[in-house]
Amino acid sequence: MSQSKDSQLPHRSFAWRVFHFLGSMEFAITMLITLAIASVIGTVLQQNQPYPDYVIKFGPYWFEVFETLGLYDVYSALWFLAILTLLVASTTVCVIRHTPSMLKDMFNLRSNVQHKSLLSMHHHAHWHQPGSLDDNSSIIRERMASLGFRTRITEKGDDRLVSGMRGGMNRLGYILTHVAIIVICVGGLMDSNLPLKIAEWQGRLEIETRDLPLSQIPKESRLAVGQQAFRGSVSIPEGRAASVAYLPMRDGYLVQNLPFTIEVKEFRIEHYPSGQPKSFESDLVIYDPDLEQPLEQTIAVNHPLIHKGYAIYQASFGDGGSELSIDAWPLFAGQAEPTELDIKVFETRQMLWGERELQLEITGFRPFNINPDPTEDDPRNVRNFGPSIQFKLRRETGEALEFENYMYPVERDGRDFFLSGVRGSPSEEFAYLYLPADEDGSIEGFIHFLHALHDDKNVAAVAAEMKDETLVSLQSEEDKVLGNSLQRTLETLMAMFVRGGFDEVRDFIEDSLPEAERETLAPAYLAMLREMLGRIYLNSLNLGPEETIDESQLLFLQDAIDAVGTLPRYGSPVYLSLTDYNHIESTGLQIARSPGKNVVYLGCAFLIAGVFLLFYLPQRRFWAWLSRDGEQVRIDLAGMTNRNPREFDEYFEKILTQLQSPQRNSAAD
Amino acid sequence: MSTHLSTFDSDKTSLTAWGWRLLMALSAIGLIAFYSDILDSYEVVIIILTALGMAWLGQNWSGYRWHTVAVALFSLLAVSIYGSELGRAETSFWLNYLLASQSAFMWMSALFVMATVTYFGGLIFHSEFTEKVASFLTWAATTMGMIGLMVRWRESYLIGADIGHIPVSNLYEVFILFAVVTALLYLFYERRYQTRSLGGFVLLVISAAVAFQLWYTFDRQAHHIEPLVPALQSYWMKIHVPANFIGYGAFAMAAMIAVAYLLVERQTGKASVSRWVQKMPSLSLMDDLMYKTIALGFAFFTLATILGALWAAEAWGGYWSWDPKETWALIVWLNYAAWLHMRMTKGWHGRPMAWWAIVGLFVTLFAFLGVNMFLSGLHSYGTL
Ligand code: HEM
Repeated sequence: MSQSKDSQLPHRSFAWRVFHFLGSMEFAITMLITLAIASVIGTVLQQNQPYPDYVIKFGPYWFEVFETLGLYDVYSALWFLAILTLLVASTTVCVIRHTPSMLKDMFNLRSNVQHKSLLSMHHHAHWHQPGSLDDNSSIIRERMASLGFRTRITEKGDDRLVSGMRGGMNRLGYILTHVAIIVICVGGLMDSNLPLKIAEWQGRLEIETRDLPLSQIPKESRLAVGQQAFRGSVSIPEGRAASVAYLPMRDGYLVQNLPFTIEVKEFRIEHYPSGQPKSFESDLVIYDPDLEQPLEQTIAVNHPLIHKGYAIYQASFGDGGSELSIDAWPLFAGQAEPTELDIKVFETRQMLWGERELQLEITGFRPFNINPDPTEDDPRNVRNFGPSIQFKLRRETGEALEFENYMYPVERDGRDFFLSGVRGSPSEEFAYLYLPADEDGSIEGFIHFLHALHDDKNVAAVAAEMKDETLVSLQSEEDKVLGNSLQRTLETLMAMFVRGGFDEVRDFIEDSLPEAERETLAPAYLAMLREMLGRIYLNSLNLGPEETIDESQLLFLQDAIDAVGTLPRYGSPVYLSLTDYNHIESTGLQIARSPGKNVVYLGCAFLIAGVFLLFYLPQRRFWAWLSRDGEQVRIDLAGMTNRNPREFDEYFEKILTQLQSPQRNSAAD
Repeated sequence: MSTHLSTFDSDKTSLTAWGWRLLMALSAIGLIAFYSDILDSYEVVIIILTALGMAWLGQNWSGYRWHTVAVALFSLLAVSIYGSELGRAETSFWLNYLLASQSAFMWMSALFVMATVTYFGGLIFHSEFTEKVASFLTWAATTMGMIGLMVRWRESYLIGADIGHIPVSNLYEVFILFAVVTALLYLFYERRYQTRSLGGFVLLVISAAVAFQLWYTFDRQAHHIEPLVPALQSYWMKIHVPANFIGYGAFAMAAMIAVAYLLVERQTGKASVSRWVQKMPSLSLMDDLMYKTIALGFAFFTLATILGALWAAEAWGGYWSWDPKETWALIVWLNYAAWLHMRMTKGWHGRPMAWWAIVGLFVTLFAFLGVNMFLSGLHSYGTL
């Protein structure tokens, strides 16, 4: 519509043409589509992840290209904001240009129409009535008014014109809808982090990328209490307090000071019987110098606390440094008693285990683990596996293995095992070590057995015993050479088994035995090894002369041998067993100040009102032209609407009959 | 058509219309009084608004009145058979074969598919009667779906007082909602424009939804009622989700009308026009209807997105987080805003707009399903 005007008037100034280009429908549609397409990017590429993750994903070259394009935080990238700005500019121009005529349209009854133009309208009809012009026009006016029209009578020379309009607010709908877009975007801008970005460009702010304790975070990365918008988070352990929030910024963060202190008394999770979480709640106390007494309130998901325009939300939770008591059971030679450790979650400690120096880093603690029950088919059948700890053991070279140990034994095939998962990197699944629990439900039995296997003297004694018995059975007691070689073989087998499990024994057999003998000797070697393992175990049981080993002990032996066989792949010189804990949780709070929120909400109200007015309140106009025609009055009725022409056919008929109907004539007086 | 439309308006003052409004008012008051101790003020407002909406819909739409009465009676029947024992679902004949939510949904699915076939039958054989049967089947399917939703709502409370919730909380439940809402929208326009020949097309998308839903039920055992995660425990869910589905339903319907439009358009002007095409409504009517449904969808989608923003402000600490689901809602919205503007500029009617409406359905579908399947974000419900 406006385009045609443009082409007729080519000699306009540049500014004028820019203005009209911005306000053109073509440009508006282009911007709507451009914004839609641009928005897709941020949904396909996960936003605001740690930068190293992106490097891994894209490689260093593309990582940098994407970073330059701002793709890791698309929605605050300059080019994205530019598109938004253009859309808002377009809408603004559009509103400025159309509002005057829309406002006029809202109220103007168009009483300046010509008789001719009424007759040429698509909807028109005429009829005759007796009586005077003025009586008739006031009857028609009154009927129109009773049908909800705004009306007016105009004298047109000798004739009269009654004009009526309904739904003028439809035009207000246009204004509201489009003003809403501007208002919402302005509100959004008030709540955006654009001021922070500007401060950063000017060098007043610096994003902190290091993991520092609060007290060491430099001034350039801290924001004073003020009126500005922000959205950050903070994690507070139970019993502790904080008066800052951390704002994530690209690959780092800023610290926002708060005008009050938030103390967390307690964090609670409630569960449904099936184990799914039912509620997350935190008991907070707000200490504010402006408050007469501290403000105590419980927040929960969907139920934030709003204080002084700062909204505090329950967003997440985590461990707040739970206190753990741990027994470190040696899996190396020379020691059978555990080392007791008291340590907190997130603490690290340099430790010497046997000969190996490793750094222990406790990374997590969970008081219960509700997982699918491996013995059931349906994954919805869950079982509580009890408390577990997660930790890392880091070598001096920096590499670390990650472990997950369960406090209580877990039942499998009717026997109890202590479970320890291990993996080399977070992307792998845990591989589990199953250590059999002894009769007392403790790890001790297994450790003692292992210790006995590590004990050279003990192994030598058992080997000697077996050697003697073998020689007796071969009736060559005096064969010293055979005896020595047998003794040595037995000891070596055991040493190899303890060092490298069955794998190493098998490798040894493959490598050292001539192929011809391998077939017959290999089973014999393995049988001897098992026999020796069995004897060592029996010795450790201290059975009386009449007692025999029972079923459960046999199974334990079997499981213990399997466990010892897999230990070499376990990668840790100790087994950490959790003995006691004091669970301390931390609550993750999201803290936000959005001064633009009410502006946005106002815009939203405009938008809803505007859209429904636009679509569902058609603007309808009627004109009745009354003229003398001999003794009678001729009435020409014409009508038009700005939408739903299909329904207007009906509507016109309806209004026509209402205006023509004779029975209410008397009401006119 | 014209006679019908005039009754549409004059009905407003008839005795039935007033009776209906009164019934809705009484139902709302009854509900609020009966549950006064567990309803919070937001829920009271929701009940009142729902009653107003239903009073408006039913005041001159007898089909909807019958539907509502049937849903109410059968749901109450099911609730009373259940008593306080969920186990009755298997032991009671009525529940087992008809009214337990799972059975009701099966009926719904079967009836929708039957209705689709019947509509097309009526179209091909030019049979008014067959088409009327199809309408009836659609009503029956919609009614069964609605009963199923109502009964499922009750069943969730029978599982546990703290587990009970309105059945719009996961993908399984919203698929049924989608089928029911789209069917109701269609039936509304069917009556308004007195044309049943579009039924098969619109029901095609519903049947597709039903097929997906069945696969989802059997393959993933998705029909189990799960308790609500904390983030969904909010009255906002009760209004945000249904508003969204009015939008989705309307967009889906627009796209199916667009399909019909394109098929008919290809045939017009040809020497021999297929038999079924002769029975289709005029191109201009379909064009109009496409516009109307997109406008309706746009209005409700706007409302739903804003409600979502209000909810997000309360649950996540910000009214807009550029979470994938939110962003895709914006994309859908922008797309249809562009569509509406494009239609106002000269020369753009008919075919290109129809194609665009179909593309719009795919965009919508991605926002509805694709986001949950392929993208991760804060919207925790309904991962496949
Ligand atoms: C996000 C941005 C926008 C939204 C959501 C929006 C929304 C709407 C809606 C819903 C309608 C009613 C459509 C109909 O009746 O079918 C409309 C009409 C209109 N819009 Fe926009 N609009 C936007 C931007 C713009 C811009 C930038 C322009 C400037 C060219 C514009 C110009 C118009 C005009 C001229 C009308 C016709 C009003 C009438 O005569 O009824 N819109 N808009």
